[in-house]
Amino acid sequence: MTDTLILTQRWGTKDSHTLASYRAAGGYAALEKALALAPASIVEEVKVSNLRGRGGAGFATGLKWSFLPKDVRPRYLTVNADESEPGTFKDRYILEYEPHMLIEGIALTCYANDIHAAYIYIRGEFAKQTRVLESALEEAYRGGILGKRLLGKADFALDVFVHRGAGAYICGEESALLESLEGKKGYPRLKPPFPAVIGLYGRPTIINNVETLANIPWIVLNGGKAFAALGAGKSGGTRLFCVSGHVNRPGVYEKPVHYNLKKLIMEDCGGIPGGRAVKAVIPGGSSSPVLSAAEIDVSMEFDALKAAGTMAGSGGIIVMDDSACLVRVLGRIAKFYAEESCGQCTPCREGAPWMEGVLERIEHGEGREGDIDKLVQMANNIGGQTICPLGDAAAMPVQSFVKKFRAEFERHVAERRCPFGAGAWGKAQQTRQAFIGPAPS
Amino acid sequence: MPNPDPSAAGSWPDLPAEGVRRFDLELAPILKHYPEDRRASAMLPALRLGQEIFSHLSPSVMALAADRLGVSPARAEEVATFYVMFHTRPVGRHLVEVCTNVSCCLAGADHIFKDLKEKLGVENGGTSADGRVTLREVECLGSCGTAPAMLVDEEMEEGLTPDKVERIVGALK
Repeated sequence: MTDTLILTQRWGTKDSHTLASYRAAGGYAALEKALALAPASIVEEVKVSNLRGRGGAGFATGLKWSFLPKDVRPRYLTVNADESEPGTFKDRYILEYEPHMLIEGIALTCYANDIHAAYIYIRGEFAKQTRVLESALEEAYRGGILGKRLLGKADFALDVFVHRGAGAYICGEESALLESLEGKKGYPRLKPPFPAVIGLYGRPTIINNVETLANIPWIVLNGGKAFAALGAGKSGGTRLFCVSGHVNRPGVYEKPVHYNLKKLIMEDCGGIPGGRAVKAVIPGGSSSPVLSAAEIDVSMEFDALKAAGTMAGSGGIIVMDDSACLVRVLGRIAKFYAEESCGQCTPCREGAPWMEGVLERIEHGEGREGDIDKLVQMANNIGGQTICPLGDAAAMPVQSFVKKFRAEFERHVAERRCPFGAGAWGKAQQTRQAFIGPAPS
Repeated sequence: MPNPDPSAAGSWPDLPAEGVRRFDLELAPILKHYPEDRRASAMLPALRLGQEIFSHLSPSVMALAADRLGVSPARAEEVATFYVMFHTRPVGRHLVEVCTNVSCCLAGADHIFKDLKEKLGVENGGTSADGRVTLREVECLGSCGTAPAMLVDEEMEEGLTPDKVERIVGALK
C-alpha cells in the first residue's frame, strides 16, 4: 500500500485549517473514541504502531511516553514546532493546513498520559503559522474541545499554549527548548536526567515533534497495527519527505516511511533539471552524513539509512547535481553550525568556525597542504565531545563529504582555485513552484 | 525585586509612559500562560512585545521587561543577545532577511543577496543611508521547497526571483 495519506490529504484545499472543515472531514472523531478508552490502552496502541519521532532522532514514541515516572504530577507536554534543520519544511505545512490535526494529536497525547498543560514551541520565523495555529486554538477553546472539559464531556481539563521562539536553531534540541521555554537562552542540559523524568520546571515532560503528534489521531482511529503495516521493520506509518535543491519538483511528499530515496528523487520529483546527473544527496537534514549518487538506491527507513552510514533525521532531503561545488556546499553547512553553536561547549564553539574558515580558504584557492586532513581531525575532535548533538551535527557533514568526495577537495587545493568557477552553486532554478499537495496518482 | 511603583519612572526614564502602559496591558494576558511562580518564562514574549512597542531592545526596555518578570536586567540582556530576532540596537524602518543556506543558494540566493547589498549600498547587517532598510543574511527559514526565501519585517516571501525581490523591496517606504 503506497497511497495511504495520513497527513497531506487535505493540504492546499480551501479552509482546511478551520475547525468546521476539519470536523466535516471527520476530525476529532479519534478524540471522541479515545475518551471511552482507558488512557493506558492509547499508549499501548502507539507502542504497537511503531511510530518513531519525526523530528530527527527517530526514537520510538510510545516508549518515550512510557518513561514518565508513574506518580509525579504535574506532567507537561511540549510540542517541538521549532522546525529549523536546513532542508526541512514539513511541520510548517501541518501548522498551515492541518492545525486541528495537531491539536487533536496533542489532546490525545495529553489524555493518554494524564497531562493537563501543553506548550507548543514554534519557531519565531513562523509568523504566519503562529497566526493560523493561534486562531485554531481559539476555535478549539470556543468549540469546547479544549479548556475545563476535554471535548465538552470528559472530566479532564487541558490547556494548550503557544510559545514563540526568537531565532535560534539550538532551541530545536529538546533540552535547549525547555530552557528557552523557561525564559532563558537556549543552552542544552546535560542528560541524564532526561526530560521524561526532569523536564519543564523540573517536572516530567514529553517532547514530541509536530509531525509525530499529527499521526496520533489516525493511529487511535485505525489502530496501531494498521499504522505499523504501512511501514517496515521497526518503523510504522508514512512520513513527510521534504525534497529541495536540484530536482524538477521540489516539495513535501508523503510516502511510506521505508520509501526508496532514488525513486523519490528520480520519479516523484521528476529527476534533475536539464537531465543532469545526481552528484550528492543529503538524506535527513544538513546534519546527516551525505550520500554519493551510487548510494541513493536505498530505503529511507530509520534503521536502513543507519545501516547505510547516515540517518533519516528530519526527512530533509537536499539534492545536488554535478554542477554543484561540494566544497562550497560544505563550507556553507559549516558556517551554519558555526553561527548556531550556542557557545556552551568549547569543541563546538571554537571548532565549528575553524572548520568554516579552512573550508572557505580551500574554496577560494588558498588551501594548504594538509588542510583536508586537518578538517577531518577537527571534526573528529568535536563529534562526541559536546553536551548536545549540535557538535556531532557539525562534524558529520565534514567527515562524510571529505570521505566520499575527497578528490574534489584535493583538486581545489592542487589547482589553487574552485574548478566550478562562478557557477559553484550549480544552475539556479528560480522559477519552480514547490509541490505541496497530496501525491498525484 | 519588582519595582514597587510600576508607574514611577524607575530605571527606564527615557521610555514614553504610554508605551510602558501598553507593555503592561499586553503582557498581562501572556503571563497567564505560565505557572504563577514561573513568570520569567514569559521572557521571550515580553522582549518581543518590548521590541514591537519601543522599536528595539535598549537597556531601558530590557530593564522594564526584567522588572515585570522579577529577574535581573542581566538575565533579560543575555536572552536578548542570544536570539537573532531580537535587536539590541536600532534597525532600519524595514528588516529584510535573506536565507543563504544550502537549499536557497542552490536556487540562486547568493545572487539575490549580492544584488540587494549593491542596490542598498550596505554590507551584511547594514542599514541603507536613508534608514529605510536593514539587510542581513539569515539561516534556514524552512522554505527550502520554495527557495529562495526571505523575511520582510518577519513575514515570509518565497519563490524569489530577482524581479520579485526588486518589487518587494522597492515597495518598502
